[in-house]
Amino acid sequence: MLIHKRRVANKRGKRPEKAAATTSFGPGQVSFQLNVNGQVQSVSCEPCLTLLQVLREQLGLTAAKQVCDRATCGACTVLMNGKRVYACSILAIDAQDGKIETVESLAPGSTLTALQQAFVAADASQCGYCTPGFVMSATAFLADTPSPTRDDIRKGMCGNICRCGTYAGIEEALLSMVKTVKRSALSSKRRKRG
Amino acid sequence: MADYSWPLAGDRTIIGGNVPRIDAPLKVAGRAAYTSDVKVPGMLYAVTVTCPYAHAKISSIDISAAEKVPGCKAVFIIQKPGTEIFWAGDDVVAVAAVDELSAEQAAKAVKVQYNELPHLVLDASLNTPDGFAQPMKPEVQGDPDGAFAKAAAVVEETYSMPVITHCCLEPHGSVITWGKGTLDVHISTQSVAGIVTQMSKALAVPAAKIRVRAEFEGGGFGAKLAADRWGLAAAQLSKLAGGLPVRLVVNRRTEQETAGCRPSGYGAIKISADAKGNLTAWQSKTWSTGGITGGADFPVPYLLNIPNQRNQHTTIINNIGSARSMRAPRQPQACLLTMCALEDLADKLGIDPLDLVLTNLKLAGKRAKIYQDEFAVATKAMDWKKRWHPRGKGEPGPIRQGLGLAFHSWAGTAHPAACNLTINPDGSVAVSAGTQDIGTGTRTVMAIIVAETLGLEVEDIEVQVGDSSLSSSAGSGGSGTVGGMGSATRRAAVDVLQALFAKIAPSLNVDPAKLKAGGRQITGGKTPISWKQACAAMGALPIIARGVNPGPGALNDSGVGGVQMADVSVDIETGVVSINRIVAVQDCGLIINRKTAMSQCYGSLIMGVGYALYEEKIMDQNLGRMLNPNMEFYRLCGIGDTGTLEVHLMSGKGYDERGIVGCGEPCVISPGAAISNAVANAIGVRVPSLPLTPDRVLAALGIQS
Repeated sequence: MLIHKRRVANKRGKRPEKAAATTSFGPGQVSFQLNVNGQVQSVSCEPCLTLLQVLREQLGLTAAKQVCDRATCGACTVLMNGKRVYACSILAIDAQDGKIETVESLAPGSTLTALQQAFVAADASQCGYCTPGFVMSATAFLADTPSPTRDDIRKGMCGNICRCGTYAGIEEALLSMVKTVKRSALSSKRRKRG
Repeated sequence: MADYSWPLAGDRTIIGGNVPRIDAPLKVAGRAAYTSDVKVPGMLYAVTVTCPYAHAKISSIDISAAEKVPGCKAVFIIQKPGTEIFWAGDDVVAVAAVDELSAEQAAKAVKVQYNELPHLVLDASLNTPDGFAQPMKPEVQGDPDGAFAKAAAVVEETYSMPVITHCCLEPHGSVITWGKGTLDVHISTQSVAGIVTQMSKALAVPAAKIRVRAEFEGGGFGAKLAADRWGLAAAQLSKLAGGLPVRLVVNRRTEQETAGCRPSGYGAIKISADAKGNLTAWQSKTWSTGGITGGADFPVPYLLNIPNQRNQHTTIINNIGSARSMRAPRQPQACLLTMCALEDLADKLGIDPLDLVLTNLKLAGKRAKIYQDEFAVATKAMDWKKRWHPRGKGEPGPIRQGLGLAFHSWAGTAHPAACNLTINPDGSVAVSAGTQDIGTGTRTVMAIIVAETLGLEVEDIEVQVGDSSLSSSAGSGGSGTVGGMGSATRRAAVDVLQALFAKIAPSLNVDPAKLKAGGRQITGGKTPISWKQACAAMGALPIIARGVNPGPGALNDSGVGGVQMADVSVDIETGVVSINRIVAVQDCGLIINRKTAMSQCYGSLIMGVGYALYEEKIMDQNLGRMLNPNMEFYRLCGIGDTGTLEVHLMSGKGYDERGIVGCGEPCVISPGAAISNAVANAIGVRVPSLPLTPDRVLAALGIQS
């Protein structure tokens, strides 16, 4: 807790309202704001709650799942400032300065992203419990590695676990994105030439 | 009687194709609602107080302080003082409170005192204290001792695989509301109908007043067929709390420690052959534990009826969480014990194990031909004849490569099932069933069969499952759901179509037997009419049919064979095993959806790589507890661990005629044996125990880790 206090105070100089007068938070509810899926939302919770607990229980965003609860399986993967994080292992109060994106933000209407469509086409989900985590992880992975090889995928996606064994589908989905990216790059070149 | 038989290959437009699962868009968008996502107004959060001892008697329980914790709404004593507890982590008291933190506070305030009793949590040795090991009667066939004496080669070796845990990603759990004489149950289950019966019996609520829902379920693998103490406790807490809904989802420790358990498999095996490689005798002394229920015996020798045999199984009753059925129960153990012994015998005879197996397929009974065909496919795909080398005689160097094989069988018998199919005057079509889709693709299979039969497209069919109020179907176990629901759905679809034809034929002035459905049209009249026009002509009321299984027509069958070949590399300096490639050839009768059938095979293979290389429920005899009740140290197979997996489904002529046979389980049977054999082939010695972790590999090589 001491380390935590120092880290928060030093890095941000901005503390949750109730804690501002003292240097520690809780026990008891603290109020703060979270930027989730492009919306700033007010949250009030015990400071020991994780980002995952707040997303699921307070904000009604249940796509990210609590599975291992110890930053191993990736079922809770969300993006914070575009990077993959395990929401089960970040305190909600530590996510205040981050831009949080959950899988609910990818397809707010009914149109799926190209990656989500690739997951559907390649049967990259079975029971589907790990799938939102995989989709978010793959979203960030492809942003960093737009044309991955099979080996890149196996290294870059190893932070997520699937018990049903959908890895073959996940690889196929990600490899098909490479083709999609290449095809669209090619067709835009053609359009320019034409 | 109507002709329910499956359409012939040339007449099929959707069956056997690659149809993306119809609920996948909900899953990838995070909109699939699982039990753990259900939140209802006023819902309380429940946690349980568990016993820390592997064997104890409860001496006293004091819940007075817990009841006073702010926010606590109900405390339910699951097991009363005086009750004997047989495994650590068993639930003793459940509390419900307004939020998770308050529930945890209340649970901490519960005081339970125990009298510890002697326990056993290990199973590696048959030398156990009195009462834990219960030998079964030996079974003898022929004259094993005489045959061993005359044999050209005899191998004696002990092989084993430990207890593993199901490790469902969605933990067991439920959200239950005990209303006025009714139970509304959301539960993560493989058996919505089974939960109704179990809850009715345990809680004395009429089954007709119980509704069980599992719209989506986050993995079961055999572990989620029962209501469990948690489910019943959630209902009792709701009752105590005056009917407020209660969510009780177990934590990861409980999920790993007590909510999953595949019995171990140990066997001291003796096997012999004559100089030509014909198997002559087999002797097995096997043992296994599945906790307090013991460990069932295995069908050894697996698949081969060796003429002379002596088998004796001992069940070890000990103090780990109770056994639950897990994907192809009893088969992976039997397969490992038999197939490893076969390859060790081939090595002693100095022959290729493939030749030894092919020589002895005559002992495999009616499936011998299937195995022969499948081995031909696998041999070619693996290039076995060219790439196989005698044990330990591959390329020298720190990385050793090797090949291994195994084969298996599974019943996959269709289970009892029922569905309701409605075609409406506006042309819309809905099929519903009190079955469940646990990730195997039940919904999609039902949509495919209705669409195929009615000449429509998959997207034209509304499918509803996962609700006990829809109809009663069996639990999803034994790979029986596609066979059962598929056959029931086909019967209902044929019946509604016949009823529609009978209704519209007079207005078309045609014999109903001449009408055909296809391409969203009805043909056979003077001019084709659209499906919608046909439905509009049927009058104001919908046509409804109920399809059941078993029922008329031979739509499904039992018993499939599969063979697998594994190619591995072993680093003999570190002991690390990596999979290069696994070829799996699997027979599964008529394939309804190739895409989801393939996914089941891939999934089984990956689970197989997991238990071959990583998975083990590690128990500590002093503590009496599982040491790795988490996912850091209970390791599952990751995306980088699978190597290249190649699945060949045997289908087409000679296979399709059998109708549906389930294929959700068989491919999980062989990987343990095939990978163990490949490792032995690579490094020249047998690593006798799974999982093939670096320390075990180095120990087999005689290197201290």
